[in-house]
Amino acid sequence: VLRQCGALLRVGLAESIAYRVEALIWLLSTTMPFVKWSLFHTLAADAPVGTYDQRAFTLYFVSAFLVRNTTGSWAAWQMNMDIREGTLSVRLLRPVFPLLSYATDNLAALPIRGAVCLPVAAAFVWSTQSGERPQGPAWVALAFSLLCAWLLNLLANMVIGLSALFFESTIKWMELYTVAFSLSSGYFVPLDVFPPSVRAVLSHLPFRYQLGFPVDVLIGRVPMEAAWGPLAEGAAYVLLLGSVAALLWTRGMRRFAAYGG
Amino acid sequence: MTLVRRLSAYLRVLGVQVRASVLLAMQYRLDFFFDGAIALAWCFAALVPPLVVMRNGRSLGGWSVGECYVVLGVFLVVKSVLEGAVGPSLLSVVEKVRRGSLDLVLVKPKNALFLVSTARFYPANAVGTVFGAALIAIGFRTMGRWPGVGPVLVGFGLLLDGLVLLYALLVFCVCAAFYAVRVDNLTFLLGAIFDAARWPRSAFRGAVRFVFTFVLPIVVMTSLPAEALVGRIGIREWFVTTMGTGAFLAAALFAWHRSVRAYTSAGG
Repeated sequence: VLRQCGALLRVGLAESIAYRVEALIWLLSTTMPFVKWSLFHTLAADAPVGTYDQRAFTLYFVSAFLVRNTTGSWAAWQMNMDIREGTLSVRLLRPVFPLLSYATDNLAALPIRGAVCLPVAAAFVWSTQSGERPQGPAWVALAFSLLCAWLLNLLANMVIGLSALFFESTIKWMELYTVAFSLSSGYFVPLDVFPPSVRAVLSHLPFRYQLGFPVDVLIGRVPMEAAWGPLAEGAAYVLLLGSVAALLWTRGMRRFAAYGG
Repeated sequence: MTLVRRLSAYLRVLGVQVRASVLLAMQYRLDFFFDGAIALAWCFAALVPPLVVMRNGRSLGGWSVGECYVVLGVFLVVKSVLEGAVGPSLLSVVEKVRRGSLDLVLVKPKNALFLVSTARFYPANAVGTVFGAALIAIGFRTMGRWPGVGPVLVGFGLLLDGLVLLYALLVFCVCAAFYAVRVDNLTFLLGAIFDAARWPRSAFRGAVRFVFTFVLPIVVMTSLPAEALVGRIGIREWFVTTMGTGAFLAAALFAWHRSVRAYTSAGG
């Protein structure tokens, strides 16, 4: 399996390098946290917004850029297309479990994404003080939170993508999911800026573990002793989404007829 | 006379394209209502970030809450046009170029850019236009005053300029498809960039403000009409913007003609 994964990663990497304009467009689309940073930096010039002053916004949105780029997933689009056009049958013929191939497609883009993130990450480490980044064991919590965020993003995409086995198209589900993610994950604004009652609800939804929580761990806003509870909650969501994806896969395969052209 | 006849011929084609899109959308009624619900969800989502920031009576770049509602209203109107009318048609060209099926458009006896620009409409996105217009009205109600005839005319003129700018921007994007093979995520990029237009332009500073005003003029599309409606700018700014819009459109049309000349029907 490891050898197969290695081959898939090499193919995925070659594909992501082959289409340079696509890579450039993707690169531009990932810079949105910097636009938000510029905006909130201006807004916080006179007085902090909630608990965020200008420096806190800078740290937050730079970290959001790093977390989003290392944990993002877009498998739902490919799965929806494969199922609708019947090309999933090609993946079924290969000696690799299809869901694993979607995961390796995601991972294969990491070297390119990492190359973009590296200078930003270096600047982050260089310019932050000790209280503004994880210390000692908090790096372990950060690693777990990033893994959790990637799995949640991937599994949420798989659940939506696999729903195409039961519905005509799941692109609309994806749009609804994007609305919910953008609002509830901390992508638009940090969750701490929301009113306390709204924040209390949002902090227990899975979206927080897809972006907001790893960002908070990265900028040292979550003390080490307070990180384990949310990490366990995030892991529980991973198990839940993983189970739903497995159920959809087994039920969906019974009705998949490769009806595309 | 010939011009009138040609114009009426194009209007007839536009009518046919709109009717076909409406029939197609209404064919799957559940999908149609679902599209409307998603458009409505995006409208509410668009309100959240500015409202969260302003909840303690804070102004946004010198804009009061009522004035921000006007900016948001204009933003939603322009966004509904982007996603319901201009975007789906023009971005379908990307796929046509890749597959070579743009040939079928080019051989038709009408302007190819007109045909591809009016190929597809999503009527469910009209929800955004209505929501945006209502939000503009709520904004003025919050301010406790209503705009006069002059600001409404200038605001409407600037809104038209904004829509033309949006169209020209999309034409530029589509031209990229003639030179690069995979530009599918252009839609995502455009949507992500355009999201920044919900904030008043005074909330941006430095290079970002320059880019969003002169390179990707998204704040011109939403902030300027709102500024005219609330009486911050007048006819002079409208004139300058219209000149700039004309130049931007001319450049986009030039790019389109160059791109079509470079098209080699590469698809299968």
